Amino acid sequence: MVGGSQRGIGPREARPWTFYALGVLFGTFLLFLYGPMLVIYLLSFQGPNGGVTFPMVGVSLQWFRDIFKPGQMANIPIAFTRSIELAAVVSLLTVVISVAAALGFRRRFPGSGVVFYFAVASLVMPSLLVGFGIGLGFQFLGWQTSLFTSALGAQLTWTLPFGLFAMFAVVNRFNRSYEEAANDLGATAWQRLRYVTLPILLPGIIGVAMGAFTLSYDEYARTTLAIGRNNTLPLEIYALISSATSPVLFAIGTLTTSVSFLIIGTTLVVVWRMQRRRAVMVGE
Amino acid sequence: MNWIAKRSPPPLAAGGWGEGAAQTRVAPPPPIPPDQVRSRLLPRREGVSFRPSPWLISWFQLSPLSLVLLVLFALPTMLFLVVSFFDYDRVGIYPAFLLDNYRELLTTPTTLRVYISSLKFAVVVWAITLFLGFNIAWFLIFHIRSATTRTVLFLLCAIPFWTSGIIRTIAWIPFLGRNGAFNTILQSLDITSQPLTFLLFSDFAVVVTYVHLFTLLMVGPIANSMAKIDPALLEAARDAGASRWRTMVDVVIPLSKTGIALGSILVFTQVMGDYFVVKQMSGGQSASIVSMLSTEIQAMQYPPASANAMVLVVFVAIMVGCMMRIVDVRKELVK
Repeated sequence: MVGGSQRGIGPREARPWTFYALGVLFGTFLLFLYGPMLVIYLLSFQGPNGGVTFPMVGVSLQWFRDIFKPGQMANIPIAFTRSIELAAVVSLLTVVISVAAALGFRRRFPGSGVVFYFAVASLVMPSLLVGFGIGLGFQFLGWQTSLFTSALGAQLTWTLPFGLFAMFAVVNRFNRSYEEAANDLGATAWQRLRYVTLPILLPGIIGVAMGAFTLSYDEYARTTLAIGRNNTLPLEIYALISSATSPVLFAIGTLTTSVSFLIIGTTLVVVWRMQRRRAVMVGE
Repeated sequence: MNWIAKRSPPPLAAGGWGEGAAQTRVAPPPPIPPDQVRSRLLPRREGVSFRPSPWLISWFQLSPLSLVLLVLFALPTMLFLVVSFFDYDRVGIYPAFLLDNYRELLTTPTTLRVYISSLKFAVVVWAITLFLGFNIAWFLIFHIRSATTRTVLFLLCAIPFWTSGIIRTIAWIPFLGRNGAFNTILQSLDITSQPLTFLLFSDFAVVVTYVHLFTLLMVGPIANSMAKIDPALLEAARDAGASRWRTMVDVVIPLSKTGIALGSILVFTQVMGDYFVVKQMSGGQSASIVSMLSTEIQAMQYPPASANAMVLVVFVAIMVGCMMRIVDVRKELVK
């Protein structure tokens, strides 16, 4: 998040015309962002006789119930569980690996440039090709692609560079004199990390965990060729798009979005409370 | 008792700095008596003298990342480089060194057409997202005065990002369709009498969906760069008589070019790598490079698919390389 309290033009001056122009642009952009989303959230409550477009023919929870009915949608709940499990593992690994790497990158040393550009390359690589390469590799080795091997790996090539870049922003704001102070007070390297560096970086670290979780939870392009037999939720939805033409797709959309909301909302509240507690402690 | 004394700078190695430097060095301050030091941390144990070199520590910290990138990114890429030269038939693939896959790919007119079509989408979407991203970032960073409001507005931009790209793509279908929300609004406002049909399953729909999906990738990095600009610089520019336009061109754009470059790279590569949006939103009228490739993969034609993939990777690498030449992203990111 972007910090700083006072920016730009002083508070007493009148707003320039650019403020209003950009304000209108921003408002229009928000409408553009939310318009279609609101349409599908609304349509997921479509009455049992309604279709995939307006008008609404009554209001019902029919389409949400359909998700959990045995039949065409039978795979959705189990795919959902798989996605959550995979996202949790991806998130944990991303945090550990990218925090360590971001701390390591604070020093320029031989070879660091290569790793950095590999991370950039891994981020910009057309997604499907990553899964293709991994799937091909597994085939050559005679291994079976599966959720916690190839699919996990394919997602890490996506979440790790993101986690790393986010951690760069966090680490840049970190004042190194805290570490020097810990050194001067005789802390060992481990004590310095455990009691000084990590607690200060914690809100940022939680942010990275949350980001990695949602990136993984929504990922389909990298995973599709590396997943093996058991689909994750986005892949299951992808498979449904061509066959399902009822509002049940929208109901799935509404449901998965609320899960994201729940996870991110909880994390935000945790971070916010953490920062407030810290502010109180500093205040004393 | 003497652990504090050990923290004082070690004597310089003879000849390391030369005579003059060693003589002018200020004498270290006298050690503080230990009873005046109150620390919760335990004193450093005597005799612990293992000090790995800083480079070694950094490499250790980077090793998990390097390992993952090597095994899961570099090796697979090498693999399809190798496979792209292989021979194949309907049954399987055979090790060989053939240039046929590349020759076939590069001489088919479809390849060129699809590349041009993808590139066209990439450029149009890049221009729109850059315009939107820069202006939105500017508004949030320089015009919004309270940090809380700014955070809330940022969150408002980020929330749709929490919904899966697939859902966000198909969300446009009931919105843009013939009987969709947008046409209904237009007709009820008497702007058009007939529903507009070019809205859905067209290049227009593809661009709209891309912009919807990727604008945040532009806003984030640019806002991050702009937030580092000292507002005093803008004031100084104004006091020196610069117009708003000049301030933007000569002060803000140069200082936020890292964000612009990063955002551009993200948007550009996302569009070039897409296979879902084009397939879903163009109604089969346009193809993308990767959708062409995924058809080959589904037909188990791995060597031509690999050749196709290599050409795309080289193409994207060149474009990204050009953008990275303009800005030293690493220097700006890792301060």
